Amino acid sequence: MSEKRQQVSRRQFLNYTLTGVGGFMAAGMLAPMVRFAIDPALQASSTGEFKAVEDVENITEEPTRVDWEIDQVDAWYESTVTKTAWVYKDENGDIVALSPICKHLGCMVTWAGNDDYPDQFYCPCHDGRYYKSGENVPNTPPPEGLDYYEYKIEDGTLLLGPTKPRGEA
Amino acid sequence: MLQKLYDWVDERVDITPLWRDIADHEVPEHVNPAHHFSAFVYCFGGLTFFVTVIQILSGMFLTMYYVPDIENAWRSVYYLQTEVAHGQIVRGMHHWGASVVIVMLFLHTLRVFFQGAYKKPRELNWMVGVLLFFIMLGLGLTGYLLPWDNKAYFATQVTLEIAEKVPFIGEATKTLLAGDPNIVGAQTLTRFFAIHVFFLPAALFALMAVHFILIRKQGISGPL
Repeated sequence: MSEKRQQVSRRQFLNYTLTGVGGFMAAGMLAPMVRFAIDPALQASSTGEFKAVEDVENITEEPTRVDWEIDQVDAWYESTVTKTAWVYKDENGDIVALSPICKHLGCMVTWAGNDDYPDQFYCPCHDGRYYKSGENVPNTPPPEGLDYYEYKIEDGTLLLGPTKPRGEA
Repeated sequence: MLQKLYDWVDERVDITPLWRDIADHEVPEHVNPAHHFSAFVYCFGGLTFFVTVIQILSGMFLTMYYVPDIENAWRSVYYLQTEVAHGQIVRGMHHWGASVVIVMLFLHTLRVFFQGAYKKPRELNWMVGVLLFFIMLGLGLTGYLLPWDNKAYFATQVTLEIAEKVPFIGEATKTLLAGDPNIVGAQTLTRFFAIHVFFLPAALFALMAVHFILIRKQGISGPL
C-alpha cells in the first residue's frame, strides 16, 4: 500500500449518499407492500378441527363412504365445505379413515369403483388403484398410497381431523 | 459481480447510450435548489411523478386482495385492511397518495402557469399536461367508488347525476358510465374498476411518455 490516503472523490461521496438515501426511501416504500403481498404464506395455518362423522359401532370392515361438513373461512368468504372419507375397521379392530383424493392427479377414488377390482379403491381418471389398506397398487399411476385422516374417538363417535400423508403416518 | 453482469449485457447490446440518454443531462443552474433555494418550485413535477409511482405500485398490490363485485368489494377491502399484514399501510398509501398527487399536480401547474413556461414553443406540452390532469381526476373519481362503502356509493350517485345534466348526451353518458340507466350497482362497479385499473392508467402512461419526451426534447424553460 502506498502512503497516499484513500481519497473519496466528491463524485463518489455524492454517489454513495444518494444511492443510500434513495435505496432507503425505496425500501421504506416497498417493504410494506412486499410484506402485504406475501402475507398468505406467513399466516398461521388453521389447525384442522375434528368433526364428528359417524358412530363407531356402525363402522364395519367394509370401507364405507362418510361425508361431513366443515365451516371454511376463505379470507372474506365463509362457506360450508363437504369433506369425504372412506372408513373401515382393520383386522385388529382399529379405525382406518382414508382420504378419497387420488395421489396421482387428485381425482376422487371409490371403493370397488371398478367391477374388475371389487376389493380395491379405484380412480376413474387414469385407472389408478389402491389396496384396501390404501397402499397403491404397483404399476398403476399413483406414486404413493392414499392419505390418512387423523381421528379421535369420543363417546363412541368417530371424529376426523386433517389428513396426513402416508410417509408421516 | 453486478459490474460483470452489466458489462456482459453491455458488450452485446450496448445499453450504455440508452440510459445515458435518459439519466445523463445537465441540470441548469436556475433549476437547482442548491444554487437558488426558490428553485424548489421545479420539484413539483418530479414529486407528482414520484407519487404516481407510489400509486401504481400500491394499486398493483391492492388488487391482490380486492374484488370488484358488489357482494365482496367492501368485505375484501375490510379484510385486507384488518387481517392482512400492513394492509392498513398499503391501502393508506393509495388513499392518501391519491390526494397528494392531485395537490402536487396542481402546484406543478401553478408553477408552469406563473412562470409562463407554457409559452411557445411549449404549448403542446401544456396541453398534454392538462390532459394528464383530467386523467388524474378521472382516476380519483373512479377509484373513489371501489371500496363500495356508503361514501363511495353516494359520491358516485352525485357524479352520475352531474354527468346526466350534460345537454343532449347526458342520459347516454350516465348509462355508459353506470352500465345501467337506473341502477348504480354491479355493472357500475365493474366498469369503474376496469376504467380505474386498465383504461386510465394506459392513457396516463402514454401521455406521461409524451410529456417527458417533450420536456427532454425542448429543454426546461429559461430563468425568469
